[in-house]
Amino acid sequence: MNKLELQKVANEVRKGIITGVHAAKAGHPGGSLSAADLFTYLYFEEMNVDPKNPQDPDRDRFVLSKGHTAPGLYAALANKGYFPVEDLLTLRHIGSHLQGHPCMQHTPGLDMSSGSLGQGISAAVGMALSAKLREKSYRVYTLLGDGEIQEGQVWEAAMFAGARHLDNLVVIVDNNGLQIDGKVEDVCSPYPIDKKFEAFNFHVINVADGNDFDQLDAAFKEAREVKGMPVAIIMKTVKGKGVSFMENQASWHGTAPNDEQYAVAMEDLKKVEEALCQK
Amino acid sequence: MSEVKKIATRESYGNALIELGKEHENLVVLDADLAAATKTGMFKKVFPERHIDCGIAECNMVGIAAGLATTGMVPFASTFAMFAAGRAFEQIRNSVGYPHLNVKIGATHAGISVGEDGATHQCNEDIALMRTIPGMTIINPSDDVEAKAAVRAAYELDGPVYLRFGRLAVPVINDNDDYKFEIGKGVVLRQGKDVTIVATGLCVSSALEAADMLAEDGIEAKVINIHTIKPIDADLLVEAAKETGKVVTVEEHSVIGGLGGAVCEVLSEKYPVPVKRIGVNDVYGESGPAVKLIEKYGLDGKGVYASVKEFVK
Repeated sequence: MNKLELQKVANEVRKGIITGVHAAKAGHPGGSLSAADLFTYLYFEEMNVDPKNPQDPDRDRFVLSKGHTAPGLYAALANKGYFPVEDLLTLRHIGSHLQGHPCMQHTPGLDMSSGSLGQGISAAVGMALSAKLREKSYRVYTLLGDGEIQEGQVWEAAMFAGARHLDNLVVIVDNNGLQIDGKVEDVCSPYPIDKKFEAFNFHVINVADGNDFDQLDAAFKEAREVKGMPVAIIMKTVKGKGVSFMENQASWHGTAPNDEQYAVAMEDLKKVEEALCQK
Repeated sequence: MSEVKKIATRESYGNALIELGKEHENLVVLDADLAAATKTGMFKKVFPERHIDCGIAECNMVGIAAGLATTGMVPFASTFAMFAAGRAFEQIRNSVGYPHLNVKIGATHAGISVGEDGATHQCNEDIALMRTIPGMTIINPSDDVEAKAAVRAAYELDGPVYLRFGRLAVPVINDNDDYKFEIGKGVVLRQGKDVTIVATGLCVSSALEAADMLAEDGIEAKVINIHTIKPIDADLLVEAAKETGKVVTVEEHSVIGGLGGAVCEVLSEKYPVPVKRIGVNDVYGESGPAVKLIEKYGLDGKGVYASVKEFVK
């Protein structure tokens, strides 16, 4: 998919996020929006997956370790065709397959249940290890928040992945700089993130703008060439990206827009859509 | 009784893994730097490529097991009960239990029979913790024969299983030809009309000894071995309560939330009778030789005998 097409899909993913969280009256728009381009890139460009065969044993896997940003992943899965986009309106409703945090038994296309921070990366490591044990060629991707890496289990998993040379594993850190209580460096600084992963024997790729498809594309192409080491992609992003009043605001970590805010957000995204259609 | 063969169930675990490993290529064993103690080192010797030492990182080990299970492998994640059910509780709950993944937790060194290492390593809370996880099967085998059968049954069951093993060599009591293991089915080892002793794990042999002693005093105790604590054999427990009117539970575990708790939950709702719970009485363990500790905490044959006698009089 070319860059323009990816941008269009990402904009649809952002609409899905806002629509879902607004309908749920709860959820996490900020980190879903910062990772919207990443979700789009993974499902529409990078990963070998087929929505018609979601359980294909040889498919690539994705684990959303920062599970609270499920609205972004759900929107990507819906746009990819795993389930109807209309389902996003049922997010967090009783009886919906779209739980507040990912539940693999209910949602087509989900490779792992997640949401308790720090745990998803371990499951991703297990999937990558399984491929090595069975000489399978699939690749495994997992997305972590920059606040999430405060969890000790992340580094247990990183140590293991580095020690086992899991070069089929790509750990992505969404470095939007904000967590619930404020800036990550004010709460409990995880920096330097790149040097930490290097010390755990990862090949580290810094992405200056993780909301730019050219930069994502370059990073994931580089990652494919790495042999003998797992890869960490540390991508700087903007929390709330694409919705004017949500950008760089920690307060939009876990708050749903009201009707008025919803209208403004959708208007923002409509403008982006119109601009993209002119290209 | 003089020449009873004794084997620790952790040893049985190691042996059973080897047997199953020969039959099933998708079986993989994980450990957290305790392979010599959990006896998964025995498996490692035969199948080095299928033994994954995760280092001292139990939470990650459980998560890796979950990831492996999503790809069709059957991982047995092994460490001490304290670090499996205790430290990694939430990983078992959220990464294994919630998605109902086919992960087996092989928890060795359960209970006070850990011995000299003392209270930090003596997990008397694991059954209680694991019981709260929806869909978790919990098996606490009483001897070598049962432990091996349990490991096989756990492999064959599609879903999470918590297997509880001990460090101390315990008498082999199930080496009869007609022994059959079925998950969720209690085993009546002795008939009696005066009281039912429901025991699990190494306390089953204590219960049998106690029943012998009680018989000499004219008290006929029915003895039931509950190897599967979840799902528990409620029908058998109710039937026994109806027959004997009094029930005693015996376990090497806290009296809170383990076998005693489970039996009380069943009987209080279905057929209330007086119940006496014998176990670790809401205290921490301590250092000492395992056999001496079992005696001190009243979990040997004599201790069980004394408690039951007091209860039925």
